[in-house]
Amino acid sequence: MIEATGLTKHYGRTVAVDNLSFTVSEGKVTGFLGPNGAGKSTTMRMILGLDRPTAGDVRIDGQHYWDLHQPLRTVGALLDAKWVHPNRSARAHLRWLAAATKLPKRRIDEVLDLVGLTAVADKNAGGFSLGMSQRLGIAAALLGDPKVLLFDEPVNGLDPEGILWIRKFMHKLADEGRTVFVSSHLLSEMAQTAQDLVVIGRGKLIHQGTVDEFIAHATESTVLVRSPELEKLGEYLLAAGAGISDDGDALRVSGMDSPAIGELAAARQITLHELSPQVGSLEQAFIQLTGDSVEYRTVETGRLAPDVAASQEERA
Amino acid sequence: MTTLLATERIKLFTTRSPWWSAFLALGLTIGFAALVGLNHNGGPLTVEHSQFGMQFGLMVVSVMAALAITTEYRFATIRATFQAVPKRTSVLVAKTAVVAVLAAVIGEVAAFGSWVTTYAIDGGPEMAITTGADWRMVAGVGLVYAIASVISVAVGTLVRQSAGAISILLIWPLLVENLVQLIPGIGDDIHDWMPFTVAGRFLNGTGPDAPMGPWASLAYFAGVAAVLLVASLVVANKRDA
Amino acid sequence: MTLLAVERIKLFTTRSPWWCTLIALVLTIGFGALMAGTSDEAIAPLNVAATQFGYGFGLVVVMVMATLAITTEYRFSTIRATFLAVPNRPSTLVAKATVVAVLAAVVGEIAAFGSWGIAGAIKPNVDLAINTAYEWRAVAGVGLVYALSAVVAVAVGVLIRHSAGAIAVLLIWNQLVEPLVQLIPRVGDDIHKWMPFNIANKLVTGNPDPTTRDVLQGPPPSDAVLGPWPAIGVFAAFAAVLLGIAIVVANRRDA
Repeated sequence: MIEATGLTKHYGRTVAVDNLSFTVSEGKVTGFLGPNGAGKSTTMRMILGLDRPTAGDVRIDGQHYWDLHQPLRTVGALLDAKWVHPNRSARAHLRWLAAATKLPKRRIDEVLDLVGLTAVADKNAGGFSLGMSQRLGIAAALLGDPKVLLFDEPVNGLDPEGILWIRKFMHKLADEGRTVFVSSHLLSEMAQTAQDLVVIGRGKLIHQGTVDEFIAHATESTVLVRSPELEKLGEYLLAAGAGISDDGDALRVSGMDSPAIGELAAARQITLHELSPQVGSLEQAFIQLTGDSVEYRTVETGRLAPDVAASQEERA
Repeated sequence: MTTLLATERIKLFTTRSPWWSAFLALGLTIGFAALVGLNHNGGPLTVEHSQFGMQFGLMVVSVMAALAITTEYRFATIRATFQAVPKRTSVLVAKTAVVAVLAAVIGEVAAFGSWVTTYAIDGGPEMAITTGADWRMVAGVGLVYAIASVISVAVGTLVRQSAGAISILLIWPLLVENLVQLIPGIGDDIHDWMPFTVAGRFLNGTGPDAPMGPWASLAYFAGVAAVLLVASLVVANKRDA
Repeated sequence: MTLLAVERIKLFTTRSPWWCTLIALVLTIGFGALMAGTSDEAIAPLNVAATQFGYGFGLVVVMVMATLAITTEYRFSTIRATFLAVPNRPSTLVAKATVVAVLAAVVGEIAAFGSWGIAGAIKPNVDLAINTAYEWRAVAGVGLVYALSAVVAVAVGVLIRHSAGAIAVLLIWNQLVEPLVQLIPRVGDDIHKWMPFNIANKLVTGNPDPTTRDVLQGPPPSDAVLGPWPAIGVFAAFAAVLLGIAIVVANRRDA
């Protein structure tokens, strides 16, 4: 189990992580979701004791990382597959890690076999493709047979076969009762891999819960309404406490479900041409929740901003 | 600690740079000794002649030692290292120890290799290692290399960049310590306390003006290395990896 | 011309040349000030050459800067982007060497005249007017030596491609190999007379008769047998040959 409480990290005047609290539980894959630059990697580095938190605390099974005895037996992590010396062979890379943790040599062959690198084990890691580097990183993470595993964007840049392999692998690890914490900026990926989600944006916690909750929460009942008396209907809806936004020749209504809108329209004798509940996609949900907290956005998604900001204020 | 020493030993010897450095250091020192020996005329060859190339090896070893830590920062394996062993002080002390042992071995092989080479060319009674000064001049090389390598690891840890660390480590003993002498009045007094100058006095004799005897000189050089090492440990512990 | 602009932008949009420039100027001028401030009229009166004691500091820092200008391109693989943008590798490398050399020359001149100026300010009563050809070379020659040394450094950087290796080779050569060569009996002194940096130093330190000069009257004099101007010509040829070799190698090699 990983517990973060009030985790904060400043780099100079930049706030990378801001008062972040969450828990990651055993036997599940927990997704760590957020746009690029949201503070995911920083958080993972703090979990591993590599970066010192400016404030707050993070513990693994109740202990600080630096108090763990032979930490690779408790926590395995793949933060960046390129953290290897290019002129050192894959086997030698695992050999020194094993030596630091007093693991038997045969464990090196086991993990090499597990990730399918046995054939190239004596080649220098500098010549590896991204997929091979990723496998080497996973081998290093698994070396100490740890209960807790962290992966930072493990599928980035992988081919479909590699993505499938990693996804299955993480499920297998979770099924074995391990804590698996995996970050991604792709919600679709998380939806297929994770059971729980920790969602952050601009270093702040946006949501923690199951994937299903997140989707339900994020795509919260907006209803598309079309009517010849749109303006009048809008006023009534606002008066009744709903949120509205223009969507071309229709209104998008939030905070009120379709039966309630239909009854309200009937009571005011307003004709409706369309009354359709909108089931948001995962991506929509994600953008809606994190839109305001995207660090670097394109102009196009920028157009969404006022909407999203409004919906976030509402929720707050 | 033995675990950490084994870890750092594996790390050091599974890259090419220590092998290259050892090869270069030995080639330069012994090769230079051969050059000096072969071209010598007028008077017998002495023990001192065999050690003229000592500084080549010293500089190469300094570069090797600095790279042992700066490449960890360069390739971010320092993070993997601190992930495997979060006790940073222990890790860095182990690394320093392994590097220093290698430096000492290179120094001894270089020094005795140079001596054997010149002895083979023209071994007279002047080439015999008899006095304490003779022994220091030859066997002391390994000690000086080892301590210098500690300074290199410390500077490498502080600077974290190969280019910067190597520039400092080469410019300091080769240029700064020499130019300081030129300052009128106080230059010589400052020069007397420059660490590599003092280390040189341990090897080559102290001369009449030296502030310290040979072993005190070595102790002073070791003290400078220890202070730098402690400073680098404090900084590495405070810093994000 | 475009290429020069490209290389100029590349050089000045990273921090290392600024840092190196600053360090080179502070070390040379600072050391010049220190030497001037502590000089004693009774022992060795300050003269024009003696204001240039920090010359060696600036030289090594400028060479480090010039090396980094090319090795960091290999380090961050921007050399590939460079060769994609301009597939003509010789032109690119010549442009880079030119830009780096110009910066080195500017640093050298500022360092030299800065040291001279600060010495004059510290000791206003000493006559530091630059009159003779030797005095002119001792001060204004610094920029030329720095510029050619920077070309050597760029060439070595292209050949070795690693910052650590290239810097180690250049500094160990310049500061250790050349002086230690003199220790070789019989032939050592003759070899030393033809060592490239020793020859280059002739321009700056080459008093018509260096043996008559006191140690405290400027940086160690060169014992090269050539006159000051032929000497710098030979050093320039040496730099050009090295750059030529580097270009041939870079052209044949995969980027």
